[in-house]
This record gives sequence, structure tokens and C-alpha cells, in this order.
Amino acid sequence: MTTTRQQVLVLYLDTSALDSKVVGWARYDGTGSARPTTGDSDEPPYETGVGALEDGWRLFQASPLVPPYPGAEHATSFLKHEFFFEKLVPR
Amino acid sequence: MENYQWLPITPHDSPPLRFYGCFMPTTKQLLSSAEVARFTAHGFLRLDGVVPGELNEEALGAFAAGGLPAVPYGTPVPAAFPEGSLTRRLLELPSLAGALDSLVGPDPAVDHHFVHTRLPHEGSAQPLHADALIDVRADAFDVQLMYYPQEVTASMGGTLVVPGSHLRRTNESDTGRYQNLRGQTRLTCPAGTVLLLHHGIWHGGRRNDSDTVRHMYKIRFNPTVPQVRLWDTRDVDSPAVREELRRTFPWYEQATARLEIHNRILLWRSLTADPGFDIDHWATRITNRPAAHAAPRSTA
Repeated sequence: MTTTRQQVLVLYLDTSALDSKVVGWARYDGTGSARPTTGDSDEPPYETGVGALEDGWRLFQASPLVPPYPGAEHATSFLKHEFFFEKLVPR
Repeated sequence: MENYQWLPITPHDSPPLRFYGCFMPTTKQLLSSAEVARFTAHGFLRLDGVVPGELNEEALGAFAAGGLPAVPYGTPVPAAFPEGSLTRRLLELPSLAGALDSLVGPDPAVDHHFVHTRLPHEGSAQPLHADALIDVRADAFDVQLMYYPQEVTASMGGTLVVPGSHLRRTNESDTGRYQNLRGQTRLTCPAGTVLLLHHGIWHGGRRNDSDTVRHMYKIRFNPTVPQVRLWDTRDVDSPAVREELRRTFPWYEQATARLEIHNRILLWRSLTADPGFDIDHWATRITNRPAAHAAPRSTA
């Protein structure tokens, strides 16, 4: 019997638009065949979020657009434009 | 794209590194305003190969033998590191002494120090993090010194540092989800290299895929004086200062990059005691409130 496992790709984009450029990325591999980790590459896997879609990744979560907290409009914190993608692959 | 891996900072007004082995300046070499502006933008300075070879050898031996004894939090440098000790001699190198004086000021307290060791093929990296607690002081910052006594090659898992991340308000390893960011620095360096970092910088020890043990010695310093104009300020009005402060980094989102520059302006105002300093009108524009300063109009 064929089972599937989830591979997850997280892309951080330049703006809230899915076709804007990738500024950060992370991978997690439920197949156990790879162990991506912090600081393991300098070049992103795709130039834009749409590039991931074109390669078969399915988008399943995107950051909402949240207004700044009153009084903290100029504070910077986490990256704002986070997109989660998945592939289901046979194992 | 600029290669942030190779932006060594050299001490102001001093022919640097090649002097070791034949001549050692004995006076502190303060940073220039442009260099402090670069620290303000990047969140760190890098001094390549500033520690002489014999001290590197001695340090490697001490680190391999189990590190250095702990120091109580807040101990003054002379009490923490007696005259002649390895750490004291390291801190007395003119380029390091001058850079530390320029950033954290004279007579800082030692917060803590520790030798970090990454074993060969250990299999994991640290999550991206900032040290200690979320720390949003607007008029003070701690400086962390990272010293690499041996050459660090790409496979040895040199420290990951994210330029320009130090003013982000995040707590410790909550950034662990971010594996890679454009423009990150995966440190490779010659022996005797030192980084001086703002306390808020995002960083992490990378996975050591080599056959070599890698050591990094970190000391955190707390300021004991106001961090205002502590460096060589002769070039404070130089265009190079603004060039450094308006620098953006490849991982910044388009909109947030503007906020980063705004926040650097505020930090530079604090560092220079110049409340009117601005770049491209960013801070002035959004604080211009004529009505708040106008005399009340008569309604008669």
C-alpha cells in the first residue's frame, strides 16, 4: 500500500503579493529523506511565490494583513508576508 | 548583489592587520563615525584577523582544555580578567580596545562570557535567535564580542548572522522558523577574526559538517556610561555616515525597509545627541505637527 508524507515549504515574500520576490525560506521534509536546517543555503528555491506554485507546491496558508498596533506603528518584528506550501509525496 | 560575507571593518586611521608580527600599535584605535554608522545599520562590525597568531594558538589550547572560568554577572573587566590573562590581553589589543570603547564605552561590565564549541558532524544547527530577552532599550545597547581563534571554513558551520536584524522586536528563538534569509552572512574567516555585535542581532551557530572542532569565544559587555559620541567623531558630518545608515538588506521587505531606516535614525540621534538628525526627511515628515505648537487662535 502506498502512503504519502507531507513536505512543507515556507516562503517569506517582499510584499503581501504572492508573485513578489522571495526574501526568506525554510523547508521541512516529512519523508525523512532530508534534514534542512538553519543557514544551509544562500539562494532561495524560487524567485517568487508563484514560482513555487508553478513547480507543483500547493499553498495552504498565508499571513493575514494585520494593522499595526496603536503606538507601535514603526516597530519592526517578524517577517510579515509568510506563505506555507505543501507537497504530498509517496513514501 | 553585495556580498555581505566580505565586508571587513578595519580600525579608523590605521593600516590594519598586516602590522601584526612586525609592529603592534599600543594606543586604542577608535572607530570613525562611518564605522559606527555601519554598526548602527548592520548591527555588527567585523574585524578580520586582528588577533595575532600566538594569542590564537594559546586560546585554542585553553578552549580545547575546557574553556574559561565563569565570571559573576556585572563584573568590571579588570576584576573579571586579571592583568596578563588570556582574555585581558585579547581585550587590550588596540583595535579591539578602541572598537569596544567606541561602541560600549570605557569600563564596561562583563555580563557573561562563554566558549561555544561546535563538534564535528554534530548534525544540527542552532535555531536563529537573539540572545537573552527581548530588549528594546532606545538609548543603550550591549555589545557582544565573538572571537574565532582558528580559520573558519564553509563546512565548519561558522556563525550565521543576519545583517540589519538587531532592531527587530522579537524574543530569543521565536525566529527559529526562519532557516535562511537573503543576504545572510554564513561566516568564513581567517584565524583571529572578531565580530562585535549589537545585542539584538539574529544569529545562530551553524551545523559543523567538517572533521574539525570549531570554537567561538563570546563575551557580552554592558555599558556603564551613556553611549554618546564615544568614537572619533571628526567625520560625523561626512556623507559616508548617511550612506551607511540608509543601507538596506536583501531580506528586508519593501515596506519594512523604510521602518528600519527610520529606527536607525532614532538610534543615531541617541548616539550623537542630535535630535534633529534625519535621512531623506523620514523622521521629520511624520513628526511635523504645526497645530501642536501654534498659539491658540482667538475666537472673538
